[in-house]
Amino acid sequence: MKKVLSGNAAAAYGSKLARAEVISAYPITPQTKIVEKIADLIAVGEFETEFVKVESEHSAMAAAVSASLVGARTFTATSSQGLLLMHEILHWASASRTPIVMVNINRALAPPWSVWADHTDTVAQRDTGWMQFYCESCQEVLDTMLQLYKIAEDKDVMLPAMLSEDAFLLSHTSEIVDMPDQDMVDDFLGSFEPENIMDVDNPMSFGSLSMPHQYFYEFRYKIAEAMEIARSKILEVEKDFEKRFGRSYGGFIDLYRCDDAEIVLVAAGSMSSTIRVAIDELREKGEKIGLARLRVFRPFPIEEFREIAKKAKKIGVLDRSFCFGYEGAFFTEIKSALFDIDERPIVKGYVVGLGGRDVTLDVIHEIIDDCQATTDTRTEPFKWIGLSR
Amino acid sequence: MKITLPEDEIMEKGHMACLGCGGALAMRYLLKALGRKTMVAIPACCWAVIPGVFPYSCLEVPLQYVAFEATGAAISGIEAALKAKGKKEGTTVVGWAGDGGTLDIGIQALSGAVERGHDVKYVCYDNEAYMNTGIQRSSATPKGAWTTTTPVGNTRFWKKTNKKNIVEIMAAHDIPYTCTASVAYPEDLIKKAKKMKDIKGPCYMHIYAPCPTGWKYPPEKTIELSRLATETCIFPIYEVTYGKYKLNKNIRDEKKKPVLEYLKTQGRFRKLDEETVQSIQHYVDDEWIKLKKKVECFGEEK
Amino acid sequence: MGLLEIRWHGRGGQGVVTASELLAEAAILEGNFIQAFPEFGPERMGAPIKAFTRVSDEPIKIHSQVYSPDIVMVLDPTLIGQVEVTEGLSDDGILFVNTHMSADELKAALGFEGKIYTLDATKIAMETIGRPVANTSCAGALVKFGEVVKLENLLKVTEEKFKEKLPQKAIIANKAAIEIAYKEVTV
Repeated sequence: MKKVLSGNAAAAYGSKLARAEVISAYPITPQTKIVEKIADLIAVGEFETEFVKVESEHSAMAAAVSASLVGARTFTATSSQGLLLMHEILHWASASRTPIVMVNINRALAPPWSVWADHTDTVAQRDTGWMQFYCESCQEVLDTMLQLYKIAEDKDVMLPAMLSEDAFLLSHTSEIVDMPDQDMVDDFLGSFEPENIMDVDNPMSFGSLSMPHQYFYEFRYKIAEAMEIARSKILEVEKDFEKRFGRSYGGFIDLYRCDDAEIVLVAAGSMSSTIRVAIDELREKGEKIGLARLRVFRPFPIEEFREIAKKAKKIGVLDRSFCFGYEGAFFTEIKSALFDIDERPIVKGYVVGLGGRDVTLDVIHEIIDDCQATTDTRTEPFKWIGLSR
Repeated sequence: MKITLPEDEIMEKGHMACLGCGGALAMRYLLKALGRKTMVAIPACCWAVIPGVFPYSCLEVPLQYVAFEATGAAISGIEAALKAKGKKEGTTVVGWAGDGGTLDIGIQALSGAVERGHDVKYVCYDNEAYMNTGIQRSSATPKGAWTTTTPVGNTRFWKKTNKKNIVEIMAAHDIPYTCTASVAYPEDLIKKAKKMKDIKGPCYMHIYAPCPTGWKYPPEKTIELSRLATETCIFPIYEVTYGKYKLNKNIRDEKKKPVLEYLKTQGRFRKLDEETVQSIQHYVDDEWIKLKKKVECFGEEK
Repeated sequence: MGLLEIRWHGRGGQGVVTASELLAEAAILEGNFIQAFPEFGPERMGAPIKAFTRVSDEPIKIHSQVYSPDIVMVLDPTLIGQVEVTEGLSDDGILFVNTHMSADELKAALGFEGKIYTLDATKIAMETIGRPVANTSCAGALVKFGEVVKLENLLKVTEEKFKEKLPQKAIIANKAAIEIAYKEVTV
């Protein structure tokens, strides 16, 4: 059924369709409409769930982990500062193997206070053992939430997953969203039946203590294994979803006009849409440009980038975040993925859109022009676009 | 009757508060009382936006914006640094936070700061919900109130639990001074702020700060509403000085107004049923009796 | 049709965002693609705010701000002189203002050479809804000159959208406001 929904509303409905049993969340701009919508749905009797209105994000994630260990399908949502406050427990969630699904609204970090789009919050969580997806449309938010529960709850994965949508550009922007029927979602997802849960009839401890010679090392290895298994699950679930619901996002990387592209831009989130418009404009003029929208950041799509590198002459990587003391994270990781191949394209980095600085068509054209003019990246491997001087 | 307030305006015009904001008025009074040798830390809350957007600020005192949960820790740090630099004498350190940042996410740091005995003044302006993020419930939201996370709908989803009594929690920390204040009684507020300034040690002030946007009432009624909150005993004005309780506004039994008079002025209580109104009345009555008994048992020597 | 971009001006609490959404929802009934979003930032009661609607007969690919609106709707006349309501609006564009001023007076005040429509939408709101909330009447005016959506579709989505939040009496009043505004808006 087609509805007009904002990214926030799509996330709220996603949790309802997935039949999340426990939701623990704390309000933070611009995620607030998610928790408000959930409260509304509960208040009118449309959604039966336990909504714990916790007193901080740290508690939100802690409550979610504990709930998941009792066997409940859990959901939470946050943004920016809230995501950072959860950081300690994000590690706890993955190491506890709890398949929590979280929606994060990508928002800049303070100070100065900024409520606008920026990817630093999620990029800063890339080491936590969570799967990480970036969405470009409100429809994709809804669809990806459903996919994530299926991937995360797979008994060979059992890892938490976060999906991100840009502050205001998606969270507060209403678009047409096709809401699947509850029956179809029930059929696709089923219920959450984990093997090991807190149960008085079968008592177990979760967490405990481990000496160096004991199994900590092996527990961590198993997480690494699970992330590798997740690669194939992500693609399987994508195919299954397409068969049932008729929509697909290309798996790890959403390719747009890349087949014969000489220059490929890599970006995540809503700015990808604007890049598509720029590409169409340039294609009219005969320029061979394509977009490789990074949809899945963890597990990192190594093979997929090597495929792109086979054909492209240049890759321009847009980071809407920055790792101070070095460079943009997507930029670093893509170069690293290409290290072992024999012939590599030129790869250049572009820092854009921090703190919600608008990524306009002009910005994209400036990047493409620069990419075209670049012949060597030794002296200037990356650029910050649009700085006011 | 002439109201004698300090004249110096340390809070400038042109700020970004909503029409009728109780919190804006409260800050103005507080700074008049404390004077310019004051340093302020403000976490995420309405007041993180009210001073204005860079490069403007309406506050003519040194100000640090801090993370939501960190006010108590921030003022501890400021105080410690001033002491280390030999500059603490004569400077007042203030943590100014909303109810969410005090009773919920900020309670750990607040408790830590006052327990350690820092010479800091923590002031909570209470508008009874997370207003800056759009009116979500906090533990300061009173029973029966509509908020966006306690929407009323047809399942009577208003807030079911009573307000967390942070004032008594602070008093239980055995700090030198704990008090409540209201924008309806500016002279009392200013007197108390000056008292806090002169005490060396942790002090807590809880200011009742009505919010027309979140409580749904006409903005010109803020002060009237504040007074009504005290006259119904919903928000008593009292102080605890070194463990001794004193009632600053004693509402005599025959003058005590029924809570319904207060509830019906605000849209957030519009859909309450008779039963809940009664339970609110009983709760307010019980709390009032408890407070009066504390004043009796732990009051100042006559 | 191509891509049509509308910018709405008003103050917090006047239903500006609702207006931008109503138009979008009506547009999809006619098979269009849409986006509707508020100005990104904290909103305060009474402070000037903006909202935006994009309508297109093709999927809308862009995700950035609206810089060059085709139509500007000003729901609160007190914004004239306070906010740059014609910013980004070319002389090929359309400006609508809820006001009792005439189009000529506005043209002089703003120095805008394009098409101007005016209507005392607040008066219509007071007479139908009984409150000075002019968002629906302004949306009704837009239907007349904007060629964006049909009147019947705007009325339909108004009924749908307000069903949950307003009593039937208020919904009827809002629909009446739309219809009267549609009839009375002048150039």
